[in-house]
Amino acid sequence: MTQAPAEIPAKREITTKPRFSDRVFRAVVTSGGLSSLVILGLILLFLLFNGYSTLKSQGIHFLTSSNWQAVVNDAGQFDAKNSHFGIAAMLIGTMIVAVIAVFIGVPISVGAAIYLTFYAPAFVKKIMVSAIDLMAAFPSVLFGLWGFFVLESSGEYWAKLLNKYFSWIPIFKLPAPYVNRSPFIAGLVLAVMIIPIVTSISREIFSQTPLDRIQAAYALGGTRFAMLRAVAFPYARSGIVGGVMLGLGRAMGETVAVYTVLNIVYQVNWHILFSAGGNVASMILLKFGDASPQEIKALMAAGLVLFVMTLIVNSLANLIVARTGKSGR
Amino acid sequence: MSTQEILETPAPRKPWAQTPIDKAKTAAIFIASVLIAMGLVASTPLSGKLAFAAIFFVVYLLIDFVVSFLKAGRPAAVDSLFRGLVTTTIIIAVTPIVSILVTVWARGHKGLHWTLFTRDMHNNAFTDPVSQGGLLHAIIGTFLLVFFAMLISVPIGILTALYLTEVRGRFTRPIDFLVQAMSGVPSIVAGLFIYAAILVPLTKTVNGIQGSLALAILMIPTVARTSQEVLKLIPSDLREAGVALGGTQWRSVALVVVPAARSGLITAMILGVARVAGETAPILLLTGGSGTKNYNVFSGSLGSLPNYIWQGFNAGTPESITRAWAGILVLLAIVVILFTAARILGNRKVGKK
Repeated sequence: MTQAPAEIPAKREITTKPRFSDRVFRAVVTSGGLSSLVILGLILLFLLFNGYSTLKSQGIHFLTSSNWQAVVNDAGQFDAKNSHFGIAAMLIGTMIVAVIAVFIGVPISVGAAIYLTFYAPAFVKKIMVSAIDLMAAFPSVLFGLWGFFVLESSGEYWAKLLNKYFSWIPIFKLPAPYVNRSPFIAGLVLAVMIIPIVTSISREIFSQTPLDRIQAAYALGGTRFAMLRAVAFPYARSGIVGGVMLGLGRAMGETVAVYTVLNIVYQVNWHILFSAGGNVASMILLKFGDASPQEIKALMAAGLVLFVMTLIVNSLANLIVARTGKSGR
Repeated sequence: MSTQEILETPAPRKPWAQTPIDKAKTAAIFIASVLIAMGLVASTPLSGKLAFAAIFFVVYLLIDFVVSFLKAGRPAAVDSLFRGLVTTTIIIAVTPIVSILVTVWARGHKGLHWTLFTRDMHNNAFTDPVSQGGLLHAIIGTFLLVFFAMLISVPIGILTALYLTEVRGRFTRPIDFLVQAMSGVPSIVAGLFIYAAILVPLTKTVNGIQGSLALAILMIPTVARTSQEVLKLIPSDLREAGVALGGTQWRSVALVVVPAARSGLITAMILGVARVAGETAPILLLTGGSGTKNYNVFSGSLGSLPNYIWQGFNAGTPESITRAWAGILVLLAIVVILFTAARILGNRKVGKK
């Protein structure tokens, strides 16, 4: 057994150091991945850079006043002293139409999601899900024209009914008998537009309800409604709040559909059935066409406000949605 | 009992299935509700299809509630009421889709004719009779806009998805978060950004590529998120097999993971295109709306379908509005075809070629 020992191989170096090709690969992918950060940063930067002069000269009045006047003096020059830019009316208008949209759209979406998750037969579910996903891909100009030519007449009729029976509620009062192109109708169109997104998010969340809990509820003799109330709703609640906020964010940033349907009037109007309103996005589009360079800077500032608002709402929404699955009891 | 009978397999029973009596009852409730609703619409000042639908739902829910209550008590009655309510909501949710499709066809097909696809608007106004002019320039423009947007956004979107699923470096969580935040950027803000970053300081005029850039911003999150979902579905066995064979990460991703996810990545691309093809707000700020064919995205005003629709709508005469609806019909057809293609590709099993 005294055989000459086999030659012991030299110690091999075992390393986790990535090879050159992998380092290049990771660098390329990482730089691609960071592009979203870069783009969002650039948007913020450029809008801030362009809107800064307006924000500085108007100060807090940019958010609190409803006065928008780009004054040109006799020499044809822009008169910075007498010009006023304030977007309060449009900010309030944005919130009004978005809240109406959420108020109408969310119950429908959540109900539809419950039906699709817990009630629908397989083939109905397949068709309905395809239809609703398809609706999410409809361009907004289509919703705008549909709202203007089709929904408008029904909407006016409903507005008159609301005014007739509920005018004791202040927001349903009419200062003058004009109900066409009102925030109410714009809200209806936006409600239709957010139905796909809120439905698909709610559906995703409901479908994650733990099966053992569902079966436990049935095993205890619960009806389907009892199961939903005891298991599915508590599980999905916060996720649906997130979905609602995503819908809100979508509704706040909508431009073309609101521009088409709404009668944009630069004043604060709380009477949702009355033919006057607006939102920041559609106001930008409306004023952009014949704006002087200085007024465009003010519009950039308005865009900045809109961007920050939607970013906050969306981020909150995503945080809430992301937390749902993990925090089940 | 004979052994014969015992050996026989019993027919599967479904004690929860509806008996013919149950079905007859449901039908009876349905018909009764229709009749009552018709009666109420005829006899009271309430009128119209919508009033009929509303009364029908209320009456149906009410009768159903009472019947279940008599049959099985309160819990069952509440259960059937809730079922009725969610069924109503899905009907309400789908009604606009049907209404939109019907409207687009009913109003758009009047403006359709073959020369629409062979002529442009360079010597016609929107108010001319519908049979003159066409939207070839708009289709070319939309194609170019979307093509260049795709060239920019697809690589970035897929790289982002690869970072989130394959590399998973330090920035995974923030980037995941930012991509989601980016999907909520309003389209007008994307337009304003390109206007401020490129049009004002550099070009000082409208052209196509600016529109493509704005569309790319809106497209990146869609592509990135869909690709991410697809890449997540690739079994990690495949990656491990690639690495175990001695491949570097670069080779296992490029030669194993991406080919396995190919159809899903194409789906992501198509969904991104469907998302931006009809985007209007940034187009209105950035590209202009020429009525002449323009093949160069780097200079000159570029017409596009959204712009064509917008001009037709704003011209306000019956002819121009018919043109707008015909434009929408074409645009919607493109979106539906893309969407269906994405669905068919996406339904293929991931990992199969």
